[in-house]
Amino acid sequence: MEESMMMEEGEVAPALIAIHPVEKSVVVAIGSELRVFDLQEDCASSLVDDSGRPLHMDSIRAISFGADGRLFVSAGDDKLVKIWTTNPWHCIRTVLSEKRVSALAISPDNLFVSFADKFGVVWVVSTEVDDERKDEASPIFAHYCSIITSLEFSPDGRFIVSADRDFKIRVTVFPKRPLSGAHEIQSFCLGHTEWVFVIITIFISTFWHFVICIEKVTGRFSFEFASHSFFAVRFVTCLSFVCTQEYPQGFLLSGSGDSTVRLWDITSGFLLDTCEVGMEAGLLESDDKEETLCPAITDICASPDGSLIAVAIQRQLFMTNPISFFALCSLHGVVLLSCNLSGRTLSITKVVSMGGTFIPTSLAMSSSAEHLWIVTGASNLPALDSPSFARVSVISGLKKHGSDSSDDKPVVLDDNEIPGGSKLLEKLQGSVSISKGEEALAAAAEAVKIAMRNLLIKRQYSVEKRELRKKSRNDRKLKQ
Amino acid sequence: MSENKKVMNKPNKSTGLPRKRFYRARAHSNPLSDSHFPVPLTPSHVDYALHYPQYFQTDHTIADNGDVNNNSTASLHKTQSKKIQFADIGCGFGGLIVSLSTLFPETLMIGMEIRDKVTEYVKERILALRETNPGQYQNISVVRTNSMKYIPNFFEKGQLSKMFFLFPDPHFKEKNHRRRVISPHLLDEYAYTLESGGIIYTITDVEELGEWMKACLEDHPLFEAISEEEFAADPVVKLLTSATEEGQKVARNNGETFTAMFRRISPSDTESGDVL
Ligand SMILES: C[S@@+](CC[C@H](N)C(=O)[O-])C[C@H]1O[C@@H](n2cnc3c(N)ncnc32)[C@H](O)[C@@H]1O
Repeated sequence: MEESMMMEEGEVAPALIAIHPVEKSVVVAIGSELRVFDLQEDCASSLVDDSGRPLHMDSIRAISFGADGRLFVSAGDDKLVKIWTTNPWHCIRTVLSEKRVSALAISPDNLFVSFADKFGVVWVVSTEVDDERKDEASPIFAHYCSIITSLEFSPDGRFIVSADRDFKIRVTVFPKRPLSGAHEIQSFCLGHTEWVFVIITIFISTFWHFVICIEKVTGRFSFEFASHSFFAVRFVTCLSFVCTQEYPQGFLLSGSGDSTVRLWDITSGFLLDTCEVGMEAGLLESDDKEETLCPAITDICASPDGSLIAVAIQRQLFMTNPISFFALCSLHGVVLLSCNLSGRTLSITKVVSMGGTFIPTSLAMSSSAEHLWIVTGASNLPALDSPSFARVSVISGLKKHGSDSSDDKPVVLDDNEIPGGSKLLEKLQGSVSISKGEEALAAAAEAVKIAMRNLLIKRQYSVEKRELRKKSRNDRKLKQ
Repeated sequence: MSENKKVMNKPNKSTGLPRKRFYRARAHSNPLSDSHFPVPLTPSHVDYALHYPQYFQTDHTIADNGDVNNNSTASLHKTQSKKIQFADIGCGFGGLIVSLSTLFPETLMIGMEIRDKVTEYVKERILALRETNPGQYQNISVVRTNSMKYIPNFFEKGQLSKMFFLFPDPHFKEKNHRRRVISPHLLDEYAYTLESGGIIYTITDVEELGEWMKACLEDHPLFEAISEEEFAADPVVKLLTSATEEGQKVARNNGETFTAMFRRISPSDTESGDVL
């Protein structure tokens, strides 16, 4: 079954980053570790768990600050959902989940934490400590057996939005008393496409394997390469909201493996605009007609008014000749978009290349959108002397000050210009990765790249295997 | 897809109907496994011209790759007003929609079935009925899909007025209850798909499943049980036991059946805000 294949024990976990809404602190999660740096006090924070339980014991899969920054949540493969106060950093509550946790969110009023497990069930728990059903969460709705990749509350708290690996985005009314379930579906935002690829994998060395993408189609395959593996890349990976005073209900942004960012009206489920990020950012351009390039959107974050949207883009699969594979590997990076809410359109404003080895695994932006915080890294990396690796990078100059702001270009800050400087980096990256030589860093970055790509890929039965399975079914025997 | 090619299934000479033995299928399908049939991107991508050609004339030829054509914009039918209103979920060999077709000749209805051979049979059955009864059976069709995953891809919010779940697979084991087509979570989707006042019909010969379905519906805030009188007056009720292949089998064996009929309601409480 699909879920058992996607979340295996000791599977690589990408590094995550979160920033306090007014940049009071920044958090990196890597493996089972939460690393917090207090930007206000300019020092590393240590975490205290009042609940009498250990901190996380397995890979953290989701972290989030609440809207006002007072609360923070973390959860993942150890099935623990931890609710933290951030001033000081105390774990006020640990909730047990039945299954591994794949996504979570805090309601805008700080009253509830909602999380999704790997069976597609969404749960809710009250943040009030004196709540009677102390450590138990209540299931409120479910996606049918699909892993939920992202959960978000609408800014007004009326809706909870969930995206899954079957390209479905569901908008559910979040009731006043959510513990008894959230049954009323407001809309489905449908339109992200299923991209299916036939892929040949050639192993050259431990770090390099080329993936060749033959065809993208929905429901129709090319059977020429029947003996090779089958993969599909398709799901909605990330959600974010934008809103202004005129549109307090907010509009939803989603990014997906189909290389698009889409803007939705959640009340109706209408698709308002689609930005073909891969195409428009020039990332799909190619002289060789046979190449099909399909960068995935792996994370998205937006300034609350939508004027600035940052998406992490990750080139995943291709292509017809190995030479161009090398050439195109350098195109990972961050693309900046902006959303015109009155016109309801999305457009690309800038492509920021992070260099060949930096594949953003997670993005974060405070409400002032002064800085874009980016992390690349993963835990449980195979074939490295230290199995986890994280690098933090910051882009500033994102916002336009005044109209003729030609010199306000987004720039990737040098390590010593990053807020918090080397102290911050030492905390968030772990001192190990700082002292490493360039070569080791490159190797680690490469491992992250491969790990990230594998996370986006859903293994399926090869054509051969499937045919074999079919033949052994009773209803096929007649045909023989 | 090639497996759906009609090869050796010659129709019965006297009736023109396809013969069921050529479409014998596995008893059960695992609804959790990913299958490979085309799924419409959104409800407006459902190819009505393909399903109901007499109602929807088009200038494009019917695609042979499946029931829905979701990569050509030519098949979008934004302007068409008539929409599917009845859905028979897990329609099996299609007995119910065939009976309903003449009872509600102006209502578009569709059977949804996960097994490809069975779907193919229903398709042939409908084509044969159309052929032998000119002008009739134009309002019914069938699609191969996993209803547990893709209902929102086929129907808009509040589009359906009736949904049928006749003799669904029981999935006895506790750990397989999540595979049941009626479950607390899936009822949210059915409530979304049904118009206010729309009716959900369930029937089974498995007592435990009957109780389960009834309990799920009773506990759901967006459904209410319909009254005895309404039950008695509904012309559809007698079809539940008599129209489908499974129903007939149970009747032949004098098996007991358990029916639950519930109405989609819009609770007047404003607890959840002013939506609906
Ligand atoms: C026991 S049969 C009943 C068929 C028919 N309703 C009748 O009364 O004769 C249940 C049917 O539901 C179909 N089915 C099961 N799960 C399904 C799913 N997820 N989507 C669509 N059909 C499904 C099965 O293939 C089977 O044909």
